[in-house]
Amino acid sequence: MLEVENLSVSYGAVRALKGVSLRAETGSITAVLGANGAGKTTLLRAISGLVSTQTGTVRFGSRTLTGMPVERIVQSGVGHVPEGGSVITELTVAENLELGAAWRYGRRERARHLSEVYDLFPALKERSSQHASSLSGGERQMLAIGRAVVSHPSLLLLDEPSLGLAPIITANLMAVLLELTRQEDLTVLLVEQNARSALSIASWAVVINLGTVVVSDPAETVAADSDLRHHYLGF
Amino acid sequence: MRLFVNITLGGVAEGLIFASVALGLVLIFRATSIINFAQGAMAMLTTFIAFSVLGKGVGYWPAFLVALACGLLFGGVVQLTLVRPVQNKPPLNAVIVTFGLLILLEGVAGAIWGNTNRGFPAAFSQKGLVVGKTAIAFSHFDIFIVVAVLALSILVGVLFRFTTIGLRMRATAFAPEVARLLGVRVGRLLTLGWALAAVAGALAGLLVAPTSVFSPSYMDLILVYAFTAAVLGGLDSPLGALVGGLITGLALAYVGGYLGDSLQPIGALILLIVVLMIRPEGIFSRPTARRV
Repeated sequence: MLEVENLSVSYGAVRALKGVSLRAETGSITAVLGANGAGKTTLLRAISGLVSTQTGTVRFGSRTLTGMPVERIVQSGVGHVPEGGSVITELTVAENLELGAAWRYGRRERARHLSEVYDLFPALKERSSQHASSLSGGERQMLAIGRAVVSHPSLLLLDEPSLGLAPIITANLMAVLLELTRQEDLTVLLVEQNARSALSIASWAVVINLGTVVVSDPAETVAADSDLRHHYLGF
Repeated sequence: MRLFVNITLGGVAEGLIFASVALGLVLIFRATSIINFAQGAMAMLTTFIAFSVLGKGVGYWPAFLVALACGLLFGGVVQLTLVRPVQNKPPLNAVIVTFGLLILLEGVAGAIWGNTNRGFPAAFSQKGLVVGKTAIAFSHFDIFIVVAVLALSILVGVLFRFTTIGLRMRATAFAPEVARLLGVRVGRLLTLGWALAAVAGALAGLLVAPTSVFSPSYMDLILVYAFTAAVLGGLDSPLGALVGGLITGLALAYVGGYLGDSLQPIGALILLIVVLMIRPEGIFSRPTARRV
């Protein structure tokens, strides 16, 4: 279980997160929703150590992640897929995946874990030796997710995986995510603008507005509350 | 015709020396976006250390290895102590730090070994080979230069292309934040990058010293030529450093051979300007915006 308590982050004079607390259960997806600039991306970056926090703690399982360097946080089982996927376009598809697996597995073991990713996303297998720059938006997102899960993390942070994708591709991606979460008993924090598709697979939903948590409810409750949807989620 | 062949052969050997200094510049630039102005001075220092070791009466090869090992160590130490504090500061800070190091090292070397012109021994004979019945301007030592620089380039290429640490180094160069998110210890790799660059420099220092006067400032002009070579090759491509070095070496050899040695520095400058006008991103670089 991921427990975030009273987390605050400032960029200079701008307070991006003001005492955010939330929990995410193991084996399920927690959607983090809200408008642009609400602080969703900052929340993920604070959890994985990319930005330093002013107050608060992040605990995952028995570990306190706060204050650890990014590499160590990653190596304690946290996979972070940044916004836009940020696959390394100068490297091949296989090299991107190798890189994701390298901190955990030796050269021989990696092949097996790479083929697991190829089973999950067959489109990547055909392109394994091509540069990631040749991939479409959907394929890049698959690669970014594959690169994060190839090392079998226990916590997965996803920043807008549906960004710029066609609805059918988004739907497929969400289905794969749900399956992956159940299979691997993952804890998933899914940041999305596309609230509708996030709510379709999440069990819990947290809505952030101007750096604070305004709603924390089961996903069905949020999906069914039309006032709340209109007010914060725009659908 | 014989003149042309001799000039060309000399240009190749000279060019490969530029390439090994340029390789050091490129290894550092692609990983940290810093131009290491002290690249030549660091090589000068390791070569002077070899000079002192030679003076103790040990053979050439132990001294050669000592210089390379000192380069490895020195490069790492410089990164950890001087470069790391300015890594995420405005680029001018790093320029001043590496430039300051250049001046400091030349001063220190002058204080220890004196600012006199000396000679430095070569690993092999520098007398021109005889092909058929004609002597050519290419010696056993020139062959050694070719073999040593190509071996270093191949080693670096294999390291980057086929090893996990090379994959990490490439990832760090292209996308440091993403690399960190994939568990790469970026800080360590930057140190390693500087260490490798300093080894390439140390090799160049040992190769240049026998062919010129040997004094604390003997690498200065070489650095200018190597910088031309690195820019020509694209500043972030190791292969570009090699090709850029060869082009620069040949161009300068033709300028020197046909127009006179004193015009070589101007030749390098003209070459640099032409490259910056026609293809500012270099021959082998990914054309992207960058800060220099």
